[in-house]
Amino acid sequence: MDPAVIDLSRLQFALTALYHFLFVPLTLGLSFMLVIMESIYVMTKRPIWRTITRFWGTLFGINFVLGVATGITMEFQFGMNWSYYSHYVGDIFGAPLAIEGLMAFFLEATFVGLMFFGWDKLSRVGHLFVTFMVALGTNLSALWILVANGWMQNPIGAVFNPDTMRMEVSNFRDVIFNPVAQAKFVHTVSAGYVIAAVFVLGVSAWYLLKGKHVGVAKRSMTVAAAFGLASSLSVVVLGDESGYALTDNQKMKLAALEAMWETEAAPAGLTAFGIPSMADRTTHHEVKIPYVLGLIATRSFDKPVEGIFQLVAKAQDRIESGVVAYGAVETLKVNPNDLAARATFEQHRRDLGYALLLKRYVADPRQASPELIQKAAWDTVPPVPVMFWAFRIMAGIGFLMIALFATAFILVTLRKHDTKWFLVLAIAAIPLPWLSAELGWVLAEVGRQPWAVEGVLPTFLGASSLTVPQLLISIAAFTLLYGALAVVEVGLILKTIKKGPFAQHEPALDDSVEAEPAVA
Amino acid sequence: MEIPVDFATLRVIWWALVGILLIGFALTDGFDMGVGALLPFVAKTDKERRMVINTIGATWEGNQVWFILGGGAIFAAWPFVYAISFSGFYLAMFVVLAAMILRPVGFKYRSKRADPRWRSFWDWALFVGGFVPVLCFGVALGNVLQGAPFRLDSDLRAFYEGSFLGLFSPFALLCGLLSVAMLVLHGAAWITVKGEEGPVAERARRIGEIAGLASIVLFAAGGFWVAFGGMGFRIEGLADAAGPSNPLRGAAAVHAPGAWLDNYSRHGWMIVAPVLGFVGAALAIAGLYWKKAWLAFTGSSASATGIIGTVGLSMFPFILPSSFDPRSSLTVWNASSSHMTLFIMLIVTVIFLPLVLLYTAWVYKVLWGKSTTAALAVNPDLY
Repeated sequence: MDPAVIDLSRLQFALTALYHFLFVPLTLGLSFMLVIMESIYVMTKRPIWRTITRFWGTLFGINFVLGVATGITMEFQFGMNWSYYSHYVGDIFGAPLAIEGLMAFFLEATFVGLMFFGWDKLSRVGHLFVTFMVALGTNLSALWILVANGWMQNPIGAVFNPDTMRMEVSNFRDVIFNPVAQAKFVHTVSAGYVIAAVFVLGVSAWYLLKGKHVGVAKRSMTVAAAFGLASSLSVVVLGDESGYALTDNQKMKLAALEAMWETEAAPAGLTAFGIPSMADRTTHHEVKIPYVLGLIATRSFDKPVEGIFQLVAKAQDRIESGVVAYGAVETLKVNPNDLAARATFEQHRRDLGYALLLKRYVADPRQASPELIQKAAWDTVPPVPVMFWAFRIMAGIGFLMIALFATAFILVTLRKHDTKWFLVLAIAAIPLPWLSAELGWVLAEVGRQPWAVEGVLPTFLGASSLTVPQLLISIAAFTLLYGALAVVEVGLILKTIKKGPFAQHEPALDDSVEAEPAVA
Repeated sequence: MEIPVDFATLRVIWWALVGILLIGFALTDGFDMGVGALLPFVAKTDKERRMVINTIGATWEGNQVWFILGGGAIFAAWPFVYAISFSGFYLAMFVVLAAMILRPVGFKYRSKRADPRWRSFWDWALFVGGFVPVLCFGVALGNVLQGAPFRLDSDLRAFYEGSFLGLFSPFALLCGLLSVAMLVLHGAAWITVKGEEGPVAERARRIGEIAGLASIVLFAAGGFWVAFGGMGFRIEGLADAAGPSNPLRGAAAVHAPGAWLDNYSRHGWMIVAPVLGFVGAALAIAGLYWKKAWLAFTGSSASATGIIGTVGLSMFPFILPSSFDPRSSLTVWNASSSHMTLFIMLIVTVIFLPLVLLYTAWVYKVLWGKSTTAALAVNPDLY
């Protein structure tokens, strides 16, 4: 297969997925913040809370449609660009996507229209219920997509079937309750809540700095500070490292993001700084903090964190065993009733995917030389410097967010909403959690390389048999379309913010309320 | 785990379920797309256009999920079909996605600025978002009926041997036009149901009547073409209905001109589908002519159901035949997910689909009432 097709397919997936995730986390978090704001409205019946809910709701809507629009691409892209992947694991991977549609997309999409158009057609509690359904739907959709993604990281509950040449479900409960998926879900939605909180905090800070819409801004800031503090603590404490001890690839991911080349005595130290080099297979100028990594990664004092060299040696063994499984599958293709081949296959099947790594270099893995096997084993190491720095920036921003929201929480508790230096900081902080979330996906997905599905299917085998011109056309067109939509979206969001919360709704009524002292 | 429904039965159930989902998509998102395609022609002033957009403004989003779910369900139930059709029709699929991306944005962003050029731009975006996917879906079904030029190797990796322009054969274009006519009729009927009486409804009726006639003519022409144009595939020998999902194993398919009519002589009742296609369209025309909005909408729904049903029933058990290598053809018996996955997905569907229908009906009920130009002045929430 043409390597350019694989690279371009990966590029397109990365672009469209990262772009999609610019909008999704704000939807995840803002939907729940709307529930909080509207709950206060329902409880206090004060019209200003209705104004607040509707104002953030308007911004939610502008963002929501782009999440929906770019999500259409995601649903079909596996078939379009990753045709062999779709065949090979569709029996497992398709199910959570279909369930996501049935259980989550219908919920959010059916109720979101009523949320915008039903203000005068429903009771207060009725409308709050609708808003809650939207929030529930968006968050359930995150659950199912992370069940799908979690399975790619830790493919349990499935076995290879030589009769159909694909993976098939053996235990669906394992697929759903995959610990990696659960950890990812909590971590990802928390990140979404932080993004929404930073957005609300930053925009409110801008109003306060300008002295505009003070009543709305102070109340919004209070909600954002509390919601943001809880979420930023959750996103760091419930990081998805808990799943990193589970599989060889997850261990490799951990070793790569720590640039840990050799296994250390437990508990291992955390590398605070260093310059990892793939060529030299070492980290230059390393500064280590003892014990910390072992404690975080294994939640214990005595379990070692395995290093890259040891994991590569393991991979080499698994490739050799996988070649045996591959040979058995080839025999079974010709004669499905060959019992000896079936027995051999059963014995080595968990390593079949490792043999497929060799297909990058030879058409038939059984012909691979020991040097080639060693080379393929080193392919199981993801790009260490990318992982090392992406993790440090992501986690660094995570801690910054805790500091930001802790400060915000103290200030709003002391009724010091208009602390100028903080307002400036809050505005400046707006882009940071987005950067952090995108890097989180880089870690998860680049860290999974060379696998599309860990230990099962290498990424380069998953691509469709497309041509370079086809991919160039679609990448160029997606870039233009998405770029234009981003400009329009940001423009509309800024315009809505400038117009403020009283631009459209009940202007006379709420101006008087706004003059009152802050905080309901 | 012991699975209480046998594999062959589950495969047939899923064939029916995917059919129901596609019909659900055509009936719900279908009228949204029809309305989009009609927008610039039935509504001339900004007020008229807003009135038309608001006939679907609050509900199009839920309707669109039928499309997304269709993709997800095909992935889950027929991974081969999902993998081979979308990668084979790659650029056509890309055009569909690009057009569909314009829709959510068009609905939401159009009303955010009063500038006439801005609004006119999004009007045409909504037109493209309705017209282009509908055309492409028809063209795609035309290609499915003719067989697509793909082959599978022994690893079951698919290779597509056709080109983008090759998709637009005269027969496929006819199917594309039929699809447009069918859903424009459906959209026009919806405008008369949900929109106010007046010049817009008048124009919708006039265009709808023409679209209804076109549906009847194109459906008949397509039928003749399918019967006598050399199309059709047949399975040689006995297919193992519970065999492994592997097209290269078991009974092979061959090209067999005229075979798409086989099922009607074997199962006489199947003739209901094409009859519904014609009768429904005729009823819809009558409903438009006599200003019976609900008759028109019921008719157009029946027509779309009949036309899509006809394609499915004619081809059964084929899903995606291969014109390049008939052995690689995908059928209900060789292209499904595993027994377990089909069963689990059936349970999930049986629980959630009724729930979806229930709350969708509730939302429509809450939002009931005609979309009017008068409401635009008083309700700032409207698009």
